[in-house]
Amino acid sequence: MADPATLLPLLLLAPALVVVAGLAAAGGAVTSGDRATAPVVETLRLLTKQRRRTPADDPLLARIGLTVLPVAAVLALAVVPVGLPGTGAPVDLEVGVVWFNAMEVLAWFAVWTAGWGPNAVTALVGGYRTLPLGLAYELPHMLAIITPAIAAGSLDPARISAAQHGLWYAVWMPVAFLLYLVSTAAMAFWGPFAAPLGRDLAGGAGAEHAGLDRLLLHAGRWMLLVAAAAMAVPLFLGGGAPPPITGPDPFSGPAWSWFAIKLLVVLALLLGLRRVMPVLRMERFATLAWVVLIPLAVAQALVVTVVVLV
Amino acid sequence: MTLLIMAAALGAVAVVTGIAVFVVDSMARATFLLLASFVAVAVLLLAFGLAYLGIVVVLMMTIEMMIMVVFMVMLMMNPAGLEPMTMVHNRAGSRVIALAVFVVLAAGALLVPWPTRPAAPGDPTTALGADLMGPQMLTMTVLGLALLATIVGTVALSVSPGSRR
Repeated sequence: MADPATLLPLLLLAPALVVVAGLAAAGGAVTSGDRATAPVVETLRLLTKQRRRTPADDPLLARIGLTVLPVAAVLALAVVPVGLPGTGAPVDLEVGVVWFNAMEVLAWFAVWTAGWGPNAVTALVGGYRTLPLGLAYELPHMLAIITPAIAAGSLDPARISAAQHGLWYAVWMPVAFLLYLVSTAAMAFWGPFAAPLGRDLAGGAGAEHAGLDRLLLHAGRWMLLVAAAAMAVPLFLGGGAPPPITGPDPFSGPAWSWFAIKLLVVLALLLGLRRVMPVLRMERFATLAWVVLIPLAVAQALVVTVVVLV
Repeated sequence: MTLLIMAAALGAVAVVTGIAVFVVDSMARATFLLLASFVAVAVLLLAFGLAYLGIVVVLMMTIEMMIMVVFMVMLMMNPAGLEPMTMVHNRAGSRVIALAVFVVLAAGALLVPWPTRPAAPGDPTTALGADLMGPQMLTMTVLGLALLATIVGTVALSVSPGSRR
């Protein structure tokens, strides 16, 4: 357990996620017409600012929530096979998919407490918006991540990624892949699902947070988005393996390089999604999720199950 | 021995945070403490090597706490802001009930003749699924799907599109 070779990836996990999240945020700044250096400038600005208190607030609870957000993102990434030697994941967990899901729902709690803490109306309404958002995206999301697990017969992301040589799960379960991409944006309350931090609420759950608190919220959100996008690679895109279309003699670079390329593609898809979609109203999304997306996800899981059983 | 100490410490955390749920005067803090109590129990399960069970407890309890917040919004007099409130009503009665339930459960845990493990169980996740569902796996799956469809159908029918304000 205390072998330095296994501890090193764990120690590097958080800094690596921060760097990639920063790159993703730079990409996000460019696609929304800002400078690529905007995230760095904003980070430095927030670090020099004081935190803000409001009358009769609950700063302890809010800060617990705000701290949980980036921590949950790092813990979620810990079970993703990122192409390290061995099984590929910093932590080899047999039920990694369930762990990932559990860490990612901690974000609901984080945003809700962040909105509750300041005792201010816009923040509170933003925090409460997390609940319909979560209830809407979570069931399609669970069905979407369990479908590759059914096909591979394992809850271990490394085994799932190894099971799809020849045919990526994104190809043979496209509905699950699309639902996963949508729920990735939703779980990071980002892009079309940014209603909890909505502009119509002057920033929503983040409206009253300044300085380090605000940095934790926004950096944590990008970290969560990157961690969720990273999970798409082993679940749907064959993990660290080269694309099967290159035939029997592919350019087999190191696994981490293929992982990085695929992660960039997933992040680019998500940035594109934010460009083309407006922020959805939670009630509309909830209706869509429950009436359309859940039946779609169930149908996809059913098809995969029948194919696997037969 | 390490496991025993760890179990005792986590059990103490679970009990203390559980008691604190009824001491604090904010529903958000009560929600957080209840979640912390459940997470302590989940870590205990993880320590015993029951990874799936422990992680599912974290997953389900987090979602459950958040759904409890939905009910707070629906049912509480003042779901907004940090108005002091109490989680306790009918103090005498609830104390008697809580103590009685605790005694029964603790006595059960101590007095039940626990079976000794017949053999190495293999994958605990598979064993859990087989034990919970047994030969009724198909029935339970179909039932779960039917329940989900019923919930979605009921909500979809009961919410009229014009009720939006």
